[in-house]
Amino acid sequence: MIEKLTANFCGLLAGVLITATAHAQLTIDVTTSAGRQIPVAIVEFRGEVQAPQNFTPIIINNLARTGLFRIVTTGAISLSPTEPSEVNFVDWTSRTAEALLIGGITAQPDGRFEIRYRLFDVPRQTQISSGSMVVAATQFRGAAHKVSDEIYEKLTGERGVFSTKVAYVLKRGQRFELQVADADGFNPQTVLSSLEPIGGPKWSPDGTKLAYVTFESRKSNVVVQDLLTGQRRVVANFKGDNYAPSWSPDGSQLTVALSRDAVSQIYVIPAEGGEPRRLTQSSSIDSGATFTPDGKTIIFFSDRSGGPQLYSVPVAGGDAKRLTFEGNYNTSPRISPDGKLVAFVTRDASSRLRIATLELASGIINVLTDGPRDDSPSFSPNGRSILFESKVAGRGSLGSVSVDGRIKQRLTSQNGDVREPAWGPYPQVVAAPR
Amino acid sequence: MKEKFSSAMMAISVVLLAACASKEPAKEAPVETRTAPSAPTTTAPTAPAAKPVVPVETPTLNPLKDPSNILSKRIIYFDYDKDVVKSEFQAIVQAHAKFLADNRSRKIRLEGHADERGSREYNMALGQRRADSVRKVINLLGVANDRMETISFGEDKPRAQGSTEEAWAQNRRVEIVYDGE
Repeated sequence: MIEKLTANFCGLLAGVLITATAHAQLTIDVTTSAGRQIPVAIVEFRGEVQAPQNFTPIIINNLARTGLFRIVTTGAISLSPTEPSEVNFVDWTSRTAEALLIGGITAQPDGRFEIRYRLFDVPRQTQISSGSMVVAATQFRGAAHKVSDEIYEKLTGERGVFSTKVAYVLKRGQRFELQVADADGFNPQTVLSSLEPIGGPKWSPDGTKLAYVTFESRKSNVVVQDLLTGQRRVVANFKGDNYAPSWSPDGSQLTVALSRDAVSQIYVIPAEGGEPRRLTQSSSIDSGATFTPDGKTIIFFSDRSGGPQLYSVPVAGGDAKRLTFEGNYNTSPRISPDGKLVAFVTRDASSRLRIATLELASGIINVLTDGPRDDSPSFSPNGRSILFESKVAGRGSLGSVSVDGRIKQRLTSQNGDVREPAWGPYPQVVAAPR
Repeated sequence: MKEKFSSAMMAISVVLLAACASKEPAKEAPVETRTAPSAPTTTAPTAPAAKPVVPVETPTLNPLKDPSNILSKRIIYFDYDKDVVKSEFQAIVQAHAKFLADNRSRKIRLEGHADERGSREYNMALGQRRADSVRKVINLLGVANDRMETISFGEDKPRAQGSTEEAWAQNRRVEIVYDGE
């Protein structure tokens, strides 16, 4: 998995969130890697030894975790290069590096640090990126994620997600905690704690709010919590069940599943709460709705044909169209950021719950994981990976799989069961510190 | 929070509370105040007696909690992926329907649950559907729907831990909960 979060975003959140710890809550292991990996040399930055925190190890971990890169060991370098003229390209070519990161960290009079970096294409002996930022010691991780994003984008052509956040539910003992962490598992913050279950967190498109389900009143309600202010608002508390929220692309509306009129139907409500508009009309279970990126269609599951299958329906109203015909249990659709793929949960003949994708244009289904109990898929904001809940031997952990199925990771917590992950959007507040 | 049950019975049932101590677990962060357990009362008309009478001891056991009473059975179990109330549980459901017919101020919640072998979202709906099956039976026996709320906890509140057939069988259920409990 790949991650991203700017120091700015972090600072905004810090005012509200309750706990902050420096260590990682989630431990990430790459379990399967891609075939070809891009060899990248990351040289320890000049002045890094004197800096209050490590910098390049964070970048190395970020890149290595994706499975897309091979980190070229640099060996002992007496004086790290910081300028192009100091780079011996022949030497780096002989070490098989295709890209090279160098840089320096300099203490500033105000106590902050200037971090400068340069990224080179080694075979072409050209600089492909450079930058500098001035950050406090507490912002080193965010700065390292930004540099990691830059390297990732320059070398793969895709936007990196090192600076994003993930939300998930942690169950420790009888207590449920809704947590938000950096996508590398660091800096977990508990945004809600309850002895009743918490479920289904979903990020607002601007990353400032979470919609989720609580059972605090001994039944399910949908709550929207503002992460900046801590304000919570119950947006759906109708008779019966109120669950499975998902945001419209403009953040103004939510779909929810309600049982107030029938067993479980899909409704659209204003994101600040209000009168629901019923979107599906069946005598069956309709649930798990997700908006397409254009906001015009909702994809959901329904068991109107027997077992649950995926369907789409226009938000403006109209007939539902069935999307899946393989297997007899397909639920919990989530659409990719580009609107081309739908990740969902499929149950196979041996009762294994597995994560699969449906390509909408072709109808091709690709089963990506083996189960036995994988659930709650969530796309990374660049659409490259799917984060999901993976229960192994009764223990809740998270997994991630690339959409091509080649790169798999497992994310575990020593503190309890992790479940129902939601990958946050790209940070909106990205005025780069200069 | 707006779907709370009436607590009108609370005042008159306080005298019986001692007989049915709450089994409600303590909640650390409640968002609403819980109602105290209540119990039906049989307040005998106090006719003014001209002469002293021999007082009669009436049984104070709450029929809903009396282990020898079928009304103390509150759990209906279901088959895998199914929402049909099986014949072996019809007697329990009928007993509660009769109690509700006889005690018209009482309301119930039907709390549906699923085992872990489905997706979380489908399990929420499956628990709801099981609760709805029980509601329909009770409704057919003459209890108005507005005296019953059906809710689901999905797979999040298992009775039994573990991933065994025995645990799963325990977890596919509907629990009948009376107002104030």
